[in-house]
Amino acid sequence: MAAADGIAMGVTAPSRLRADHVSLGYDERLIVDSLSVDIPAGEITVIVGANACGKSTLLRGLARLLKLRGGTVLLDGESIHRQSTKSVATRLGILPQQPIAPEGLTVADLVGRGRHPHQRWFRQWTEEDATAVDEALRATGMTELADRPIDELSGGQRQRAWIAMALAQGTPIVLLDEPTTFLDLAHQAEVMDLLDELNRREGRTIVAVLHDLDQACRYAHTIIAMKDGRIVALGRPTDVITEALVHDVFGLHARIISDPITGTPLILPIPKALRT
Amino acid sequence: MTAAGDPVAARIRTSGRVVRFGGVSARVDPQAAAVCTVLLSLTFLVFCIGISVGDFSIPLKDVVSFVFGHGNPSSRLIVGELRLPRALTGLMVGAALGLSGAIFQSLARNPLASPDVIGVTAGASLCAVAVIVLGGSGDVIAGVASASVPVAALVGGLATAFSVYLLAYRRGLVGYRLVLVGIGVSAMLTSLISYLLTRATLYEASRATVWLTGSLANRGWEHVRPVSIGLLVLVPITLAQAPQLRALQLGDDAARALGTRLEPARLVLIVCAVGLAAMATASAGPVAFVAFVSPVLARRLVGRGSAALLTSMCVGSLLVLASDLVARRALPAELPVGIVTSIIGAPYLLWLLWRASSIGAGG
Repeated sequence: MAAADGIAMGVTAPSRLRADHVSLGYDERLIVDSLSVDIPAGEITVIVGANACGKSTLLRGLARLLKLRGGTVLLDGESIHRQSTKSVATRLGILPQQPIAPEGLTVADLVGRGRHPHQRWFRQWTEEDATAVDEALRATGMTELADRPIDELSGGQRQRAWIAMALAQGTPIVLLDEPTTFLDLAHQAEVMDLLDELNRREGRTIVAVLHDLDQACRYAHTIIAMKDGRIVALGRPTDVITEALVHDVFGLHARIISDPITGTPLILPIPKALRT
Repeated sequence: MTAAGDPVAARIRTSGRVVRFGGVSARVDPQAAAVCTVLLSLTFLVFCIGISVGDFSIPLKDVVSFVFGHGNPSSRLIVGELRLPRALTGLMVGAALGLSGAIFQSLARNPLASPDVIGVTAGASLCAVAVIVLGGSGDVIAGVASASVPVAALVGGLATAFSVYLLAYRRGLVGYRLVLVGIGVSAMLTSLISYLLTRATLYEASRATVWLTGSLANRGWEHVRPVSIGLLVLVPITLAQAPQLRALQLGDDAARALGTRLEPARLVLIVCAVGLAAMATASAGPVAFVAFVSPVLARRLVGRGSAALLTSMCVGSLLVLASDLVARRALPAELPVGIVTSIIGAPYLLWLLWRASSIGAGG
């Protein structure tokens, strides 16, 4: 399921995203200190780690939502902060954690706002905009719900609507900050399958922060494990997810077996009473 | 087959009506267009009725022909010099306040964050009253005619808006914090206004009090000027920024993700909103609650979580003109229009505060 066979379709130029000695933080606190990482193009990359390890901070830094304390983020070889933010928005999209929609906003209107970076005041709506919105709605299975206000939808539908907005933006790189948190199991699978399909069918580069390690192993081509603002492991899930790493990163005693369906690592926490 | 299966209907649902001319395209929301047409017709009707009624009543058809430029000499004085400027001031003050409120509420993502709640109009009023009382021009209503009062109102409004913004800003703009800080600043400014009034002569103070309630009485062409200049300059700028406002409505992160330059966009929109409120205040005094209620009503009418900029302008105009008609004719004594708008707005504010406290959120 996690095979790296994404065929590039609909995405023209290969885009590359790199962090070069990036430092990030809030107020006085430095959370990420001089971190460098290459985001593989055309793959699904998942960032994992315990709470407050800096994984969301890194994602926000990569997407220019957070000012850099040092270093550079390079998009297509050029510093992301030197390029116009609108031009960046045509190549890199991010779905922030728990975004908010104004009361009564419909799904169609929200998804349409994803076209913002492609529009000018004299060119508010082109045929291309309409097509991108229709396709984003179809890809997320939201066409039937296009007229419904976001605040009347279930958690899973709401998340799909926001993902549709990020898709309508039409960027070859899509970053998602905990897209499955607060969703029930079925909706989590639904969202992950959607991301997987987008990667396979359209060759989009997907970077997601996820909490669930099993889920990360199943869908990711590359896993980035973080601890205390540093990357402790990076690679194919089968290569990097070991019992030692899980203990180091999450402080969790676990046994790792092969997932009977996907063959990827499956983490089984060991109950305290059974530990030897 | 339902409407959902019709490709044309589906396209209109997702795109709205699109007007194209060469490489230029504009989106028109059919529902908002219909609502605005109805509101504008009603506004025109109330506008004409307002001119027609009075101690010397003028037939409605004469009013309409005068408005379209075919006045007869007998009605020229009453309509042209007395009632038309008053009605025009009301029309434009309402539009300016409605738009100002719509910008603020959408920027802060909070219906309480309108210029009259967060102190912008209080700041504008304070500076205007200060110029009048300390500058010794003697009369508020006459003072508006000189350039100093509109300028003072603008300076006061801007200074207040940026103080509130800076005090409320912490790692981003949070609506409820803006509202809380604004209410505090507003109370402080109101007490300063009261202090200034104690320094004024009785005559000045009584005239200033009428102005502070928000009144359209004795408005001439000189009062039309500040608000009409404000609208002419600021409405086009605001409409050009509307796409940025739509992105900002989704939150700071999402707006940035969509390629909005957050601070410049917000700065332009805040300056426009403050300018509109200040010019309206310079022309008619701080007509209470119009900026607060109009956008909320407008959003109810067009729905869909839009910023409802044009609809809010229409609602604002209609609200001020209708309230002025009530203030002039429906009550035993003529009242300032601000009292009528307060009677409409205050209960709504209380309801909103009650609801916000009962659900534990800032609206």
